[in-house]
Amino acid sequence: MSAVVQAAQVLPTQRGPVVDFFIRLFREKPLGAIGFVVVLLFLFCGIFADVIAPYGMNQISPANRLKPPSARFWLGTDHLGRDMFSRLLYGAQLSVIIGFAAATLATVISVLLGIVTGYLGGKVDLVIQRMVDAWMSFPDLIILIVVVSVLGPGMPQVIFVLGLVFGIGGSRIVRGAVVSVRENMYVHAAQSMGASTARILLQHILPNILPPVIVLFTTRVGAVILVESGLSFLGFGVPPPAPTWGGLLSGSGRTYMYMAPWLALAPGLCITIVVYAINVLGDAMRDLLDPRMRGSR
Amino acid sequence: MSMPGLANMSDPSPLLVVEDLKVHFPIKAGTLVQRQVASVKAVDGVSFLLNRGETLGLVGESGCGKSTTGLAVLRMLDITAGRVVFDGEDITRHDRAAMRPIRKRMQMVYQDPYGSLNPRMKVVDLIAEPMIVHDLLPNRAARADRARELLALVGLRPDMADRYIHEFSGGQRQRIGVARALSMEPDLLICDEPVSALDVSIQAQIVNLFQDLQQSLGLTYIFVAHDLAVVRHISDRIAVMYLGRIAEIADRETLYRRPLHPYTQALLAAVPIPDPEIEATRPQIAVAGEVPSALNPPPGCRFHTRCPLAVARCRTEEPALRDVGAGQMVSCHLV
Repeated sequence: MSAVVQAAQVLPTQRGPVVDFFIRLFREKPLGAIGFVVVLLFLFCGIFADVIAPYGMNQISPANRLKPPSARFWLGTDHLGRDMFSRLLYGAQLSVIIGFAAATLATVISVLLGIVTGYLGGKVDLVIQRMVDAWMSFPDLIILIVVVSVLGPGMPQVIFVLGLVFGIGGSRIVRGAVVSVRENMYVHAAQSMGASTARILLQHILPNILPPVIVLFTTRVGAVILVESGLSFLGFGVPPPAPTWGGLLSGSGRTYMYMAPWLALAPGLCITIVVYAINVLGDAMRDLLDPRMRGSR
Repeated sequence: MSMPGLANMSDPSPLLVVEDLKVHFPIKAGTLVQRQVASVKAVDGVSFLLNRGETLGLVGESGCGKSTTGLAVLRMLDITAGRVVFDGEDITRHDRAAMRPIRKRMQMVYQDPYGSLNPRMKVVDLIAEPMIVHDLLPNRAARADRARELLALVGLRPDMADRYIHEFSGGQRQRIGVARALSMEPDLLICDEPVSALDVSIQAQIVNLFQDLQQSLGLTYIFVAHDLAVVRHISDRIAVMYLGRIAEIADRETLYRRPLHPYTQALLAAVPIPDPEIEATRPQIAVAGEVPSALNPPPGCRFHTRCPLAVARCRTEEPALRDVGAGQMVSCHLV
């Protein structure tokens, strides 16, 4: 026990908390560090797609249709002769933006709704959560179709709707966590010392519901990328020819799966790798941000 | 006998007056339109005075209302009837804003040293939090210095301030809880079973800490407990509660030497003597049955259903808490 205490005491230094966090990420959580590097890599690809991509994202070449991977086309070409590698790079841009933006929006909505209903309880809780029930009983697709037919298809609409749909559903998870944290005696202690509700929520409730919130966020990033692919397939997502990963997978990837499997394999692998990387990064963050897990592996 | 600590002896007015305090919890039925169908009478007519620098022990079985009394005094619960007067100010109906300046002066120490401290805050931030809430010190450095002083005061090393709470043992955590309570320099500490979650060897240390702090800071305590030995050690006066009411209240020596209420006698007789031969031969006072429900307390004397001495009058007429001399007050027809 005392050895553990000693070890924990050596660590805190004059470094800032952010630097300290990353040092500990690489030292204590190798898997999470790999996830972090992979996420960074994809972000980099997305941001610098214009520079890296050998061809334009919609540059067609009818002579080179459905070509297998080669030195000229690293990941082959689709039915219009567009270079798959270039389209994937541009797709990273779109999918990563949509994934993070919608998941962030969803998490913010979940946390706000969950904290308000979970902490205040009573009538507020009853009314808001019955509205959440009503919302969740609608199929997401119908809400989406309505919004897209009103606003027209496009990336901001997709982010807004996915954020809202996932956010309202996720508020249940946050609410559950808040209800269990609220019962802790340290919350009672804060109330008895006269702390304001805002202070209790920010200092006592929020830090202690962080583990499920981080997991919620990381699973949402993956889910958004996947759902966006389904939406694109139906024509309600980001409209073609914009190369989102989901669109690549469900469009040419599915149609030519037997003739040209690389068209499905490449975007599918990208989605899998990014979703997995974000999940392991999220798990590592959850553990590192918990003071009780200090020094453990 | 034992008069309160030295610090506040000059002011003779009581720090806390509780008069006929009632805390009832409504039981509601119906999902949309709620109506009250019954109420749990957790505290049902409790009165006592608390002098400055004094320790009042509140003892009784689980569910007798001792913790509820403490929480009602802190105004963490709504008071159904009666009055709570703190240092001359009637706080019975104070709202949240009006309670804020009062909260600075009365603090609580909790039973569970594990659950009552936020695991995601450093010790220094835990102890400094009341100072932030009440805007006591201007900046972070000053608050941290004060937190280190308080750690030293409760017998911990000041350099422990930057650790998280999971690195401490139960006894150390309870000391941190005490340091947090003291950071506002309160007048009244309400200690809700502060040692019952600790090992026996640690209990003594914490009880001694409470006594030392009372000596040096002139604190006033309400000490809620069920362990009679601990209460005897720390209290100046002791109130024995049964089913939401005070059965007997007296100063410590009187209560242990000459308990008058049959319930007090039974409670004291239940303490085992650590010698098998004496233990086997000592007189036993049998108390039969279970504590009745606070939903529907028995008429007359609340203890009559279990009292070995009960007579007809006890079943119909509720005994008042009467002064029987030397500050001893008993609620029993037979005394």
